[in-house]
Amino acid sequence: MKPDKLLHPTDKGLYCPPGDFYIDPVRPVGRALITHGHADHARAGHAHVMATRETLDIMAIRYGDNFAGATQEAMLGETVTINGVTVSFHPAGHVLGSAQIAVEMDGTRIVASGDYKRRADPTCAGFEVVPCDVFITEATFGLPVFIHPDDGDEIARLLDSVARFPERAHLVGAYALGKAQRVIALIRQAGYAETIFIHGAMDKLCTYYQGQGVDLGPLAPATIDKGAKDQFAGTIIVGPPSAFADKWARRFPDPVACFASGWMRVRQRAKQRGVELPLILSDHSDWNELTQTIRDTGASEVWVTHGREEALVRWCELSQIRAKPLNLVGYEDEAE
Amino acid sequence: MIRALVEERVDPVLFGYSYDFVGDLAETVSLIWPVDDGPSPLPSPRTRGEGDLAKNATSLAVAPSVAKKGSPLVTPLPRLQGRDEGWGQHDLSLATIVETLQRSSRSDGPRLVERWLDALDPPGRYALLKLITGGMRVGVSSRLVKQALADFGGKDVTEIEELWHGLEIPYTDLFAWLGGTGPKPESAAAAPFRPVMLANPADVEELGRYDPADYIAEWKWDGIRVQVTAERGVGRIYSRTGDDISKSFPDLLAAMDFEGSIDGELLVGHFENGAIRAGTFGDLQQRLNRKTVSAKQQAKFPAFVRAYDLLQQGADDLRTEPFETRRARLEAFVATLPPDRFDLSPLVAFETWDAVAARRNAPPAPIIEGLMLKHRRSTYVPGRPKGPWFKFKRDPFLIDAVLMYAQRGHGKRSSFYSDYTFGVWTGEADDPALVPVGKAYFGFTDEELKQLDKFVRDNTIERFGPVRSVRAEPDHGLVLEVAFEGLNRSARHKSGVAMRFPRISRLRWDKPPLEADRLETLEAMLG
Repeated sequence: MKPDKLLHPTDKGLYCPPGDFYIDPVRPVGRALITHGHADHARAGHAHVMATRETLDIMAIRYGDNFAGATQEAMLGETVTINGVTVSFHPAGHVLGSAQIAVEMDGTRIVASGDYKRRADPTCAGFEVVPCDVFITEATFGLPVFIHPDDGDEIARLLDSVARFPERAHLVGAYALGKAQRVIALIRQAGYAETIFIHGAMDKLCTYYQGQGVDLGPLAPATIDKGAKDQFAGTIIVGPPSAFADKWARRFPDPVACFASGWMRVRQRAKQRGVELPLILSDHSDWNELTQTIRDTGASEVWVTHGREEALVRWCELSQIRAKPLNLVGYEDEAE
Repeated sequence: MIRALVEERVDPVLFGYSYDFVGDLAETVSLIWPVDDGPSPLPSPRTRGEGDLAKNATSLAVAPSVAKKGSPLVTPLPRLQGRDEGWGQHDLSLATIVETLQRSSRSDGPRLVERWLDALDPPGRYALLKLITGGMRVGVSSRLVKQALADFGGKDVTEIEELWHGLEIPYTDLFAWLGGTGPKPESAAAAPFRPVMLANPADVEELGRYDPADYIAEWKWDGIRVQVTAERGVGRIYSRTGDDISKSFPDLLAAMDFEGSIDGELLVGHFENGAIRAGTFGDLQQRLNRKTVSAKQQAKFPAFVRAYDLLQQGADDLRTEPFETRRARLEAFVATLPPDRFDLSPLVAFETWDAVAARRNAPPAPIIEGLMLKHRRSTYVPGRPKGPWFKFKRDPFLIDAVLMYAQRGHGKRSSFYSDYTFGVWTGEADDPALVPVGKAYFGFTDEELKQLDKFVRDNTIERFGPVRSVRAEPDHGLVLEVAFEGLNRSARHKSGVAMRFPRISRLRWDKPPLEADRLETLEAMLG
């Protein structure tokens, strides 16, 4: 079967006509298959949602228990048939519960990978290569300038700075789902055992991760006792990046603004945000991982979505792999 | 050269996309540069089509950064001997790079750079590329660099300043001297910079401790303080920090046919009826910060020097002479110079400090910012010694304006709306509108900053990125008393005026916005 008869972009998202379902739809639909819990992929209001248990839980935390008419848990590696289309979920290594979705009919298999990364992450299952005919890849960091350094080295820079400036507070900007927990888990892996303070917006998700067996060590809310500004000297505080420009940040003594993001590889990005200690930590694949993954899947055709599509399409051309940009709308390609 | 180097290794189209995204050539190259002993996934155009891609499809069970396997997609470059001779990444000191580049021929350059790029990590590559292209910009003043050098070598900063302009890259003799292993570098260059003497601000109370009879007064002209030096056929125009700004003023440079060094104010103005009539600061701005200056601009805004002091005349260093003596020498000296390019800063007679206080607010020309008071017997010493010279500035202009927009600050102030755009009223009296006239981000206390920030947050109407517009209506808004040093006509601003050195002097919580000033008030100040 021709691949674009099996899946093709519509204004509501990627649609499978024979199965009559959407993958990560951006508007309410009848049946949605969802790769992971980030808000641009997982929206509320669908009649029926199929996703991993963790993704369903995360959606319930964010949108409330009535986020969908009905839900169906997808077990990793198991196949289900929806209107004659075979569907299976496989770990994507992006955040807790994230999955790639393989869709197969009449001998044609397409893998919609959602967002993914290849390196080890203590907070979620590692990416699994699913051989396919068409691989749909993200391209958030789809430029050869994006080569993420070793996670351990980045965390070591943070801990070194904490040790060097005991009178200052280190504010680490990290998105609330996935990045925040990964940063905390990596800090724990590096041997830091002190209490880590978190912004209120991260509380529920951190608690959820811990309930799922992810060891985040001692956490406490970053609330201040009146007049005790120095209580945060020498500590690490994790909060959403947007909070740093807010009044919230004023409670901390001479804070060092850190931001954990793949964008921090580009100086100008760090400068624009006023980041003093950029930490290059990404939950997306870097250029090497993207191109390696395309090869690993053995796909003869690649569809590229949200990000720097043109560069990855160019790379495919040079590598004699057929490729096209998917032009899906509604996904964040800058937020990380 | 750099682009050609990188395009030998990286597909030019991919490089182009990357450059568009990153926006800086050196940074793009530093990030994209593929090294041959790490994972290098970039198809090089050289090998395109010949390689079997599947061959390289190693498993990614381990993080790619630990994968050691070389990539067949990048042709390994022949190793230059250098690495074996100690060119490995442990020997890439700044000194090595500078010396090697200086010794090498033009054609060797690219191969050397290539080798270094291979050996360095991305920040190292970035620094290297910025250094060799002359694009290294570090945000410190040259004065701070000089002070750091002085501290490092245990010298006085004036010593550094005096020999600054005779120094040559890579400053080996300077560092040998500072490190105590070499003699002081001789300032062999003709027309060196002489460190400038500056004045302390004063008021009537402060001046009351001194005898007015000991002091001579002259106007403080509001141009650019310069030192113009011509010696042995070399002419130089220095800013007060010792930057050579000769290139911006070729008209003045051409008239510097003398042996000596004058301290004065650079202004623009036309020679009419035997005297130079100084233009406004706005006129002077037409000549500032330009790398090249057209004949038309030179004719329309001719530069001249209003002389304050004479530091050197022929072989005589006059700096140890008393001011009175130097002034007499200056008067005779200036009389020999072209009168359309040089004139004397006139003295202002006075009896009492009160008279000085009154005179400073009634200058004979708008391009005067107050009075200078110099002790008759003061020698010319670098820096800002207390006592010999005072500046007594005119009072600033004040207006009441209405806060219109606020922008978040940087660094410590990044959670505060600390940059304020303010406007004054214009239009019909029964239907007034605000027009922005300036922006200020200091002048208030920390406590006032908190109050301002709160006002902004509580009265936001719209947000544009880091900027908020706030309520500014005839009966609701915040009036700011703004102090400023002068006013220029400006075609760039909607209001047609631009303030010099505006700052917030008071928060007028008590004043209804409608009672703030009108644009006509400012226009009247333009004269």
